[in-house]
Amino acid sequence: MTELSKSGAAVGEPTGTSSAPTAFLEVRDLKVHFPTDDGLVKSVDGLSFQLEKGKTLGIVGESGSGKSVTSLGIMGLHTAGQYGKRKAQISGEIWLDGTELLSADPDHVRKLRGREMAMIFQDPLSALHPYYTIGQQIVEAYRIHHPVDKKTAKRRAVEMLDRVGIPQPDKRVDNYPHEFSGGMRQRAMIAMSLVNNPELLIADEPTTALDVTVQAQILDLIRDLQKEFGSAVIIITHDLGVVAELADDLLVMYGGRCVERGPAEKVFYEPRHPYTWGLLGSMPRLDREQQERLIPVKGSPPSLINLPSGCAFNPRCPYADVPKDDVTRTVRPDLTEVGSKHWAACHMSQEQRERIWTEEIAPKL
Amino acid sequence: MSDQAEDKAVTIPAQTSGTTLTKDAAPGETLLKVTGLQKHFPIKKGLLQRQVGAVRAVDGIDFEVKAGETLGVVGESGCGKSTMGRLITRLLEPTAGKVEFEGKDITHLGVGGMRPLRRDVQMIFQDPYSSLNPRHTIGTIVSAPFKLQGVQPEGGVKKEVQRLLSVVGLNPEHYNRYPHEFSGGQRQRIGIARALALNPKLVVADEPVSALDVSIQAQVVNLLDDLQTELGLTYVIIAHDLSVVRHVSDRIAVMYLGKIMELADRDLLYKSPMHPYTKALMSAVPIPDPARKAAKSERILLKGDVPSPIAPPSGCRFHTRCWKATQICTTTEPPLKELRPGQQVACHHPENFEDQAPQDVVLLTAAKEAAELVSEQALAESAATSAAVAAEVETSETSETFETSEGTETEASETEATEAEATETDAAGAESSETEAEASEGAGSRDEEPPTKEK
Repeated sequence: MTELSKSGAAVGEPTGTSSAPTAFLEVRDLKVHFPTDDGLVKSVDGLSFQLEKGKTLGIVGESGSGKSVTSLGIMGLHTAGQYGKRKAQISGEIWLDGTELLSADPDHVRKLRGREMAMIFQDPLSALHPYYTIGQQIVEAYRIHHPVDKKTAKRRAVEMLDRVGIPQPDKRVDNYPHEFSGGMRQRAMIAMSLVNNPELLIADEPTTALDVTVQAQILDLIRDLQKEFGSAVIIITHDLGVVAELADDLLVMYGGRCVERGPAEKVFYEPRHPYTWGLLGSMPRLDREQQERLIPVKGSPPSLINLPSGCAFNPRCPYADVPKDDVTRTVRPDLTEVGSKHWAACHMSQEQRERIWTEEIAPKL
Repeated sequence: MSDQAEDKAVTIPAQTSGTTLTKDAAPGETLLKVTGLQKHFPIKKGLLQRQVGAVRAVDGIDFEVKAGETLGVVGESGCGKSTMGRLITRLLEPTAGKVEFEGKDITHLGVGGMRPLRRDVQMIFQDPYSSLNPRHTIGTIVSAPFKLQGVQPEGGVKKEVQRLLSVVGLNPEHYNRYPHEFSGGQRQRIGIARALALNPKLVVADEPVSALDVSIQAQVVNLLDDLQTELGLTYVIIAHDLSVVRHVSDRIAVMYLGKIMELADRDLLYKSPMHPYTKALMSAVPIPDPARKAAKSERILLKGDVPSPIAPPSGCRFHTRCWKATQICTTTEPPLKELRPGQQVACHHPENFEDQAPQDVVLLTAAKEAAELVSEQALAESAATSAAVAAEVETSETSETFETSEGTETEASETEATEAEATETDAAGAESSETEAEASEGAGSRDEEPPTKEK
């Protein structure tokens, strides 16, 4: 990731010099590997990004690209015991507000978790405990970090439920999760994660399980709450529509690595990686005239145990033969700057990619 | 692939020798006709298991599917779209109503009676992980339809299965592999191969791509597209993703709480939706264009969740969440009525069209709450389009009435029946007013299905 250091202040220092960064959240060369009987699963393999307060980072990619593993890694939720005797192997650095989390004392991280950083999970029904009322669960989350009595905490829970738009919060606080509808459960989850005013909120596929009309409500809610609380938000999704609604910056993941990263506008309007082109071409769009045919990415996502050598995308890439000397199949491309704050990892030259995008891809979208 | 498709018609002799079947429907002819279809699931309670209520999953829907076309069905979860799919494939027994396949009433056929029809009606399921038996090889899975139907394809079952696998883009050598060896997209292809094995006429696909990744979704959507052109299939595609539905469908039915709210040709529906629910649903779809981030005002946010299908709201089912709801909406159910050629709508106050119940009192409470959520700009815009479209439609109205009168002659007996039914439902809506009389008149004419007269 050394090339990142060239691009100046916006990018962090190269890995190795573990000085505290200026950004609110900075992830440097994060690797999360899981040993299994079949081999080492490299779910995340060298990921770096930064996020400022009040900004939203969208992480997109297919299933198995390492999006969720990254978020769990930041939350410090890959611990021993979870995978039997085997431990997830995590390396790299995660700086949150001047503290490095991976080398920090687990007790300290536990204090931060929930208070400084909180998470909204994909499936609220399995993330909420069915045995406790919504109120009890929010009260618990609050009292772990605030030494208040139960009554005060419950008042706070009602206040939060009201804030996320649950009708009759004083009555609903005593309901069990099964008495809530899907959209309301997701609201309750959001209330729970925001009860301690966290500075970093990670939303892992927050609307995937919801209907479009409810999805629109939840996305609006997340946007409003972010404005109100000024937190940094990471939104993880496979839906490019959702990130376009929320994200300031975008990070496209493939096979556990970042293939393109930049401001949302850049990545949508001037994407510089064939995989991003593929994602854009695969989506039927309501805002455009009817396309005759979708342009899918051929093949299937790679196995994380045996990633293709060279560029992980090369077996699916229609332009794999453009660079000379078979370099796509032998050398792993690094992220290179292709524009202001915009990086992509591809062996094709800037000019080739610009030409292919403007001449071949963009007109078909 | 195209010559393979030609083979196919030849290799399955059973297709034509089916005794109970009428001849193949030519493209454009009605393949499937559904009238007044209902499915109520009883809720039983107590020791004696008395029925205390019913989930009205599908509550009276009418539509037709023509040979060679794709009907898309959209709606939120719980609107009854999957139940509808299972009713038309007769995996469920309807509570009331009628399902006709190629003119044959299949509503109450038993398992044995349905068996010959199973060749013609096939289903593709949502979850490729649970719809394939993990203990069977894909060869066994795809050849099961041949065994069950006693069909002996030319060249043997194995050869035919391998051909099917290559048609759906799988390697025929994978014949002896198990489902767990395949990825999600490949499994969905296996499901499609199985559905195509007997060369069906109608394929009902229940959320065929929603469990797949975006890049794989596109592959499967394109595959379904290709198969339709090559094999002349008719699809009913049930999905919640409006952009996928637009891509695959010729006509689209929008369902809400067991009823069809709007049934229209694709382009009409997406360019000028007439039902407020359709409009809200479409505005809720996130657009992958960051420039629109600021344009939050374009969105109509529906309040709350879908009401329970156990006790659906009175009158129009959508009135509890509709920003245009008036008094009449709470009392009288609007009939599904063809307001524009190719566009049937069940609404008293349609968008982009003259109001069906203009003299009605606006329900201030409901409307005010909802109106806060709709930006004034959006409302003004819709008012402008309504006026423009109304003017346009007035001119075309004359030709439409001509068509309708022609229809009454040919389908006279049928119209009588539906008319009687329509008056019945209206009678249930107690307080009848002049507007209602107008509505029931509409109900009479709506079932004449002018699209059939296109040719």
